[in-house]
Amino acid sequence: MVPTHYHLILSALLFTIGAMGVLLRRNTIIIFMSVELMLNAVNLSFVALAQHWGSMDGQLIVFFVMAVAAAEAAVGLAIILMVFRTKETVNADELNFMRG
Amino acid sequence: MEHAHTAAQAIEAVSYLRWIVFFPLIGVLFNIFLAPKFGRRAVNLVAPGVILAAFAFAWTAFEHLNGLPPGSALVDHLYPWITAGNLQVDFSLRVDALTAVMILIITGVGALIHIYSTGYMAHDEDVARYFTYLNLFTASMLLLVLGENLLLLFVGWEGVGLCSYLLIGFWYTDDEKASAGKKAFIVNRIGDAGFLLGMFLLFWTLVANGVWTLSFSEIQRAIAEHPEFISGGVATAICLLLFIGATGKSAQIPLYVWLPDAMAGPTPVSALIHAATMVTAGVYMIARLHFLFELSPTALAVVAYVAAFTAILAASIALVQTDIKKVLAYSTVSQLGYMFLGVGVGAYGAGVFHLMTHAFFKALLFLGAGSVIHGMSDEQDIRKMGGLLRKMPFTGWTFLIGCIAIAGVPYFSGYYSKDLILEEAYAGPHAQPLLYWVGTIGAGMTAFYMFRLFFVTFWGSEVRASHDVVHHVHESPWSMVIPLVILAVLSVLGGNLPLLNWLSPMFHAGHVEVPDFIRWLPTVAGAVGVVLAFVTYGMNTKAVEKMNEEPVGMRNLLWNKWFVDEAYDAAFVKPTTSLANGFWKGVDTQVIDGTVNGTARVMELWGSAIRTIQTGNVQNYAMSFLVGVTVILFLGVYLW
Amino acid sequence: MDLFTFIILAILLVGSAMAVVLHPSPVYSALSLVVMMSLLAVYFLFLNAHVVGALQIIVYAGAVMVLFLFVIMLLNLQTESRENQQSEMKTSATILCLVMVAELAFFLGKGGGKLELQTSQQELPAGFGTMQALSERLFTDFVLPFEITSVLLLVAAVGAVVLARRQA
Repeated sequence: MVPTHYHLILSALLFTIGAMGVLLRRNTIIIFMSVELMLNAVNLSFVALAQHWGSMDGQLIVFFVMAVAAAEAAVGLAIILMVFRTKETVNADELNFMRG
Repeated sequence: MEHAHTAAQAIEAVSYLRWIVFFPLIGVLFNIFLAPKFGRRAVNLVAPGVILAAFAFAWTAFEHLNGLPPGSALVDHLYPWITAGNLQVDFSLRVDALTAVMILIITGVGALIHIYSTGYMAHDEDVARYFTYLNLFTASMLLLVLGENLLLLFVGWEGVGLCSYLLIGFWYTDDEKASAGKKAFIVNRIGDAGFLLGMFLLFWTLVANGVWTLSFSEIQRAIAEHPEFISGGVATAICLLLFIGATGKSAQIPLYVWLPDAMAGPTPVSALIHAATMVTAGVYMIARLHFLFELSPTALAVVAYVAAFTAILAASIALVQTDIKKVLAYSTVSQLGYMFLGVGVGAYGAGVFHLMTHAFFKALLFLGAGSVIHGMSDEQDIRKMGGLLRKMPFTGWTFLIGCIAIAGVPYFSGYYSKDLILEEAYAGPHAQPLLYWVGTIGAGMTAFYMFRLFFVTFWGSEVRASHDVVHHVHESPWSMVIPLVILAVLSVLGGNLPLLNWLSPMFHAGHVEVPDFIRWLPTVAGAVGVVLAFVTYGMNTKAVEKMNEEPVGMRNLLWNKWFVDEAYDAAFVKPTTSLANGFWKGVDTQVIDGTVNGTARVMELWGSAIRTIQTGNVQNYAMSFLVGVTVILFLGVYLW
Repeated sequence: MDLFTFIILAILLVGSAMAVVLHPSPVYSALSLVVMMSLLAVYFLFLNAHVVGALQIIVYAGAVMVLFLFVIMLLNLQTESRENQQSEMKTSATILCLVMVAELAFFLGKGGGKLELQTSQQELPAGFGTMQALSERLFTDFVLPFEITSVLLLVAAVGAVVLARRQA
């Protein structure tokens, strides 16, 4: 058996890669995909710990996370489509209408 | 010196005294709320009517008190007003011998003046407001004299001050008149500060000895049983502070300057407030607190000397004035000096006696002046009058009666009261013989300037005004003439009222033994004054032209009222105004507004600075999140 | 799972994740994400999470990623030029991420000692990770979240339709 903290460190690594993607890329769709990456990393963490403690609750949480992530992806992509219709771009730098 | 109370004195509880105060207040409410609906005629009925109703109740109280043994009192307890720890102050009204006199004068003379006002103000649109203030004044004055304790007296004291301001500045659209009202109120206020300090000091001293009360009867009893509670020095301080309040309200030196300016108000107001009632509040207060003043002969002496000096000063100014109301105003200041001289030499009864007779003849004189002004189409300069005795007979003859009374001609009312005061000054309980001589000279001056006023205004064959005015001269309507006649009768017979006997159970009110020569000298002085006035103004028609010349020398000094107003202006008014301006321009605009605006500016700058965080770029925000997460994680793990 | 499997899967996961983040073409990015999710599903199977692994393929790789690809096709996104790819925060972002990963690794591993897992791995009950086990938990203690999640999905669906409607 691989010690559980190996799984956790891998999860952390994937999370950080996702974070880097959010910060570095300009294309909104790719930012979105990086967010999905982060969510998956967290799912990994949950499953590993569920196995560690022998409790099904961890896997249950993953179940819910997946459901919510799916909903979020649907709505988010709809928004991106709307924005694209008006502004003809998905470049994050150009989408700064909330500037103070 | 306290007269021993007879064992039979009684304190009776009644419940009708409150109506003496409530009826005028009902008048106030009517005039405020219902007058627009019911119109002038209703106002003319209700306003004097409520005062007559109050007079009826006052008369009932008087008769009731008359039936009780001497030294008794009627008390009407309305409700326990203030309860603070050991202090209990009740809203109670009390009628004893002194108060009975006062309420009869206030409601009686007041009713006459209200009736007179219906005629005088017949052409004024604002009559409802006028009567509101007049009724409110009457209610306050009644509360002042009916109050069973110092606090209620002070409430009335303040109330009459307010109404005085409202009524002096009645025609407020005129700047000068409005300023006169302000002057009256401000000078009054200075006096009131002294009064308050006196009250505080008295209360404090009593409390230090375990006596927690502001009720007159209880304070009197405490001092009678324990005279050591209030030592001489403290008593002097208290009395002098209270006297400062009296100088403000009753126009003595140094706070008399408002009264001549108060002539800007309607003449009935001058008659009621500045002759018969409000200005007498100071005299009433000292008579009411006589047991306190008795503890300090020093204070009494101060009162007497200030009073006598005031009497002479005011009389001197009256000698050369040409406005009919101004002469009467200074005359009032002077006569008030006589009243205070009376109480200052311990002759409280004599002071109150003169208060009563003065109320009669001074009100008469003022109402007469009002009648003249009314008939002369609002002319007030006596140089433009003359010959009015024929054209306005009722006014003229009643005015003459008033002059005779004030001059102290024997058997008219003024003779009894004024001469009594002078006799008491010579040989009374706290006699100041010097002041007898001062007062006698003043009596001579009084006779002179009053008859000068009469001769210049009423004597002669022709009126010295323009043709239109002369054509319009007419006797006043019955609503104005009848009060004049009634007051004339009182001025003649009022001296015969058994006032001194009535007041004697309360304090010293009686005659003193003086040499015959001393007794007759004031009358002689008065006669000399009358004759001089007749010779100068009655017989000599050139005298009036002399009055039109520019005043020089002594006459200029008197004409300008000894430049007292100018002195006050330079010493007090200008520095205060500069200070106020300094505070306004320096402190208010720059410091306070600066701070407030500055705070706003700082907020603004802060806001613009922080606003730069809102870039609108989502990735910037995400960066902030992640930095925060990293830091918190670190701190959380290591510090937890 | 044994160490060897772990290392292989780890390398592949990290590799595909890097591809998602760094590849210039959006389509290839999406496809890398699909690969990563499938690898993750396999990983789940090794961790005795059979249901979750299946769901991972069905929902994530099957539905969500297809949606992503649809949108990418719809918007006709092209490969971006080098300048357009990366935002201005390159340096600060890289530093931050290095710091983050170092921190997390330190704490989660044996080093910091603070976030150490106190107990050792438990014995797994029979039927752990199967559909029965999951349903047992789901429909007893977690019924309320289940129902609410279904409402949430309904709301999301309606929202997506409303948002993406062409304005008439």
